[in-house]
Amino acid sequence: MTSISMSVNGKAVSGDVEDRTLLVQFIREDLRLTGTHVGCDTSQCGACVVHVDGKAVKSCTMLAVQASGSEVTTIEGLANGGDLHPLQTAFKENHGLQCGFCTPGMIMSAADMIARYKASGSKLDEKAIREELEGNICRCTGYHNIVRSIEDAAAKMS
Amino acid sequence: MSEGIGARVLRKEDKRFITGGGRYTDDIVEPNQRYAAFVRSPHAHAKIKGIDKTAAEKMAGVEAVLDGKQLTADGIGNIICGWLIHSKDGSPMNMGAWSALATEFVRYVGDAVAVVIADSIANARAAAEAVAVDYEVLPCVTRPDAALEKGAPQLHPNAKNNLIFDWELGDGAATDKAISGAAHVVEMDFTNNRLSPNAIEPRSAIATFNAAEDHYTLYTTSQNPHLARLVLSAFYQVAPEHKLRVIAPDVGGGFGSKIYIYPEEIVCLWASMKTNCSVKWTSDRSEAFLTDAHGRDHISTAKIGFDKNHKIVGLKVDTIANLGAYMSLFSSAVPTYLYATLLSGQYDIENIHCNMRTVYTNTAPVDAYRGAGRPEACFVVERIMETAARKLGVDPAELRRKNFVTEFPHQTPVIMCYDAGNFGANLDAALAASDYAGFEKRRDEAAKRGKLRGIGMSSYIEACGIAPSAAVGSLGAGVGLWESAEVRVNPVGTIEILTGSHSHGQGHETTFAQLASERFGVPIDNVQIVHGDTDKVQFGMGTYGSRSGAVGMSAVAGALDKVETKAKKIAAHMLEVDENEIVIEDAEVKVPGTNKTLGWHEVCLNAYMAHNLPEGMEPGLKEGSFYDPANFTFPAGTYICEVEVDPETGHTDIVQFVASDDFGTIINPMIVEGQVHGGIGQGVGQALLEEAIYDEDGQLLTGSYMDYAMPRADDLPSYQVSHESTLCPNNPLGIKGCGEAGAIGTPPAVINAITNAIGNNDLSMPATPSKVWAAIQASGVKQAAE
Repeated sequence: MTSISMSVNGKAVSGDVEDRTLLVQFIREDLRLTGTHVGCDTSQCGACVVHVDGKAVKSCTMLAVQASGSEVTTIEGLANGGDLHPLQTAFKENHGLQCGFCTPGMIMSAADMIARYKASGSKLDEKAIREELEGNICRCTGYHNIVRSIEDAAAKMS
Repeated sequence: MSEGIGARVLRKEDKRFITGGGRYTDDIVEPNQRYAAFVRSPHAHAKIKGIDKTAAEKMAGVEAVLDGKQLTADGIGNIICGWLIHSKDGSPMNMGAWSALATEFVRYVGDAVAVVIADSIANARAAAEAVAVDYEVLPCVTRPDAALEKGAPQLHPNAKNNLIFDWELGDGAATDKAISGAAHVVEMDFTNNRLSPNAIEPRSAIATFNAAEDHYTLYTTSQNPHLARLVLSAFYQVAPEHKLRVIAPDVGGGFGSKIYIYPEEIVCLWASMKTNCSVKWTSDRSEAFLTDAHGRDHISTAKIGFDKNHKIVGLKVDTIANLGAYMSLFSSAVPTYLYATLLSGQYDIENIHCNMRTVYTNTAPVDAYRGAGRPEACFVVERIMETAARKLGVDPAELRRKNFVTEFPHQTPVIMCYDAGNFGANLDAALAASDYAGFEKRRDEAAKRGKLRGIGMSSYIEACGIAPSAAVGSLGAGVGLWESAEVRVNPVGTIEILTGSHSHGQGHETTFAQLASERFGVPIDNVQIVHGDTDKVQFGMGTYGSRSGAVGMSAVAGALDKVETKAKKIAAHMLEVDENEIVIEDAEVKVPGTNKTLGWHEVCLNAYMAHNLPEGMEPGLKEGSFYDPANFTFPAGTYICEVEVDPETGHTDIVQFVASDDFGTIINPMIVEGQVHGGIGQGVGQALLEEAIYDEDGQLLTGSYMDYAMPRADDLPSYQVSHESTLCPNNPLGIKGCGEAGAIGTPPAVINAITNAIGNNDLSMPATPSKVWAAIQASGVKQAAE
């Protein structure tokens, strides 16, 4: 067992974990933050995406011990108090979700995507959004309204 | 703004999903919870010679290691198929025994043999690895046609030659005669590729046996928790129905795969009783690929005849359907009453005959997956119509139009009676939206860029809301296919609607609330939808086959009728007028043209105060309804796909996709469009990308997202979706259903477009770049493009 500590959604947390414990297991099972989901076992589906030190990370592909000392944001920490993040609002307003299972990962990936494009000054058009979403799988929406949601949020966040 | 029928209101359920507050089965933790890990067969076909559990039993954290002999000894019943089909010789289908834990033989890779219950997932899995199963490996068969061949490995002793049933529908002799006298005949072979359903939430179950109460609770990823409870009780004898509560909380997609009651739920319940612990199992994706019921997997030949005026005179189809190693819950209904009955398509065809042989193979069980039988039928009909148009040298749109059913009701020769539709309107709308007339110009322009551009269409019809119960019973269904609802009005006028339908992405918490808003003018925020819990909702048949709108909402409408009637009686008494004078709108109960008005909440409060009710009336305002439809519903439409193929690589880009659907009444256009988008996405997946492939040893080659080509965002286009609606005359709301259309109508439209582009009609799904490239080489069209 290894003692780890990190900031999750702005709150200091710590725990003793086995070395093999994945970050997603620590988040879901130890911290009981169940908004981060597991949809595959090969790091493909993206349902588990969180932010580690400001970057989108598949939390099924990082050990909890590797995240020790980091600042982690999960879907539960994205809203600013009672105010939804613009991406959360955009997914609701554009019907960007159906069953909701892939949604937290989609939103966390999209937040990272928008920030990166904004920082680099590149244009986040439909083609770019679709290519950027390569690591997030949705079975319900056919992606149409996910793309609309991200376009909408990106415009509002520019 | 109205929030009633037709309003594009945002979803009430979204807030919890976008903030991480959804509550899926795996999110739930019970006190005293243990974890199950299954020991699964690595072989496609083997005899179990022995199971040595001793090493596993001694490992850290292990509570129990349980096997099929113990399960059987405890009286747990075999898993059954709930729809009895008879072969054409009158014999009943040959259902092989399926124990939740195999005892003597394993019949596909992933077949469960034993289960370990331990204090952590890691310990359970480590111990499962340590269970030593002695297998005698047997020869296996995975392809449906090979399964029927002489000398093929035999799976079940009661299914000679692996044949489950040899069934037919329609008049074979008349159809043969019509086709033999036809002016033009087109013949084709088809394979309908096997698919993995892939709801992104893997299946999961947590079972808790409460010894003190002699009571079981099961949280499970189910599309139909009541049906699960019934089957678990009546057939598997896990627990009596009144001692078993089944809860399907938030469920992350289903697409059919979460209809069935799988071995894992049975075993978790039983193991909870054996260990006196809560037992949780959550599938990983690898297990999901191996064990979730697959879809499709048909091999067909079809022959269609036309007279000299290009009117269809007959259609004959011969199909073999692969049902896998065991018969899953509705597996027999999918290739029969959900397939052969739809072979008339949108067309007026006098003679149709379908022969269907279903077979066992050493593969995962095959059952309903989004569309279920109807995509397979649509693929046959719409591919052969497009091909016929090309061979006859006529416009495919006009060949379809010439043969459309135009008068309703229309009795087809394959059971279905189409009740309403306007097929020409959907075709016209799709032709206009796709600028069909301007296609040749676009093709020329694409050719200048070195691309092969093609256009293809599909005029699909489907049947939703399978019913009525007595009719499906006469066809072999083991259940009734009605739906129930209860409307509970609270004293303050807020409303709870309890429904037997289950939402796993369809947005029922919003659309069902819109029905009450339409009726009483209350805001949807004042309406709560309760579903997915057998302790709360008395009974229900669940959600599949696009039945929640046509059947589930009709039950709600029935309960709302009764509430409205009673509320009007109460209001009439309070206002001292005749109840026929009362109208309810905008949350007011009033007599139009007078100042006699009550707030909705005042009437509701009086119903519960009971201080001033009509003589003899019971207090309260709560009504229930069971709704059994008079007929199926028949959504239909036309999809037009336009592609550009790169002749160098064979890669297909869908550059335009147009859908015009007739779903009858639309409750919430935003949600309906979302359903169509998702269906088209899955349809494109089948057409271009997806295939569950077993090798000759029965190993699943497509067992992860690195091997099975799930559609990603950059594989799919944006879609143009519109509606040309006629109302369904057979239910109170005029709803037809929208959940499966996209998955049904899309595959033939895509393949018709690609084959149009490349000038070679010989192309099977999925149309991968290598297959398309090979077809281009075979056609010689590449040279023409250059």
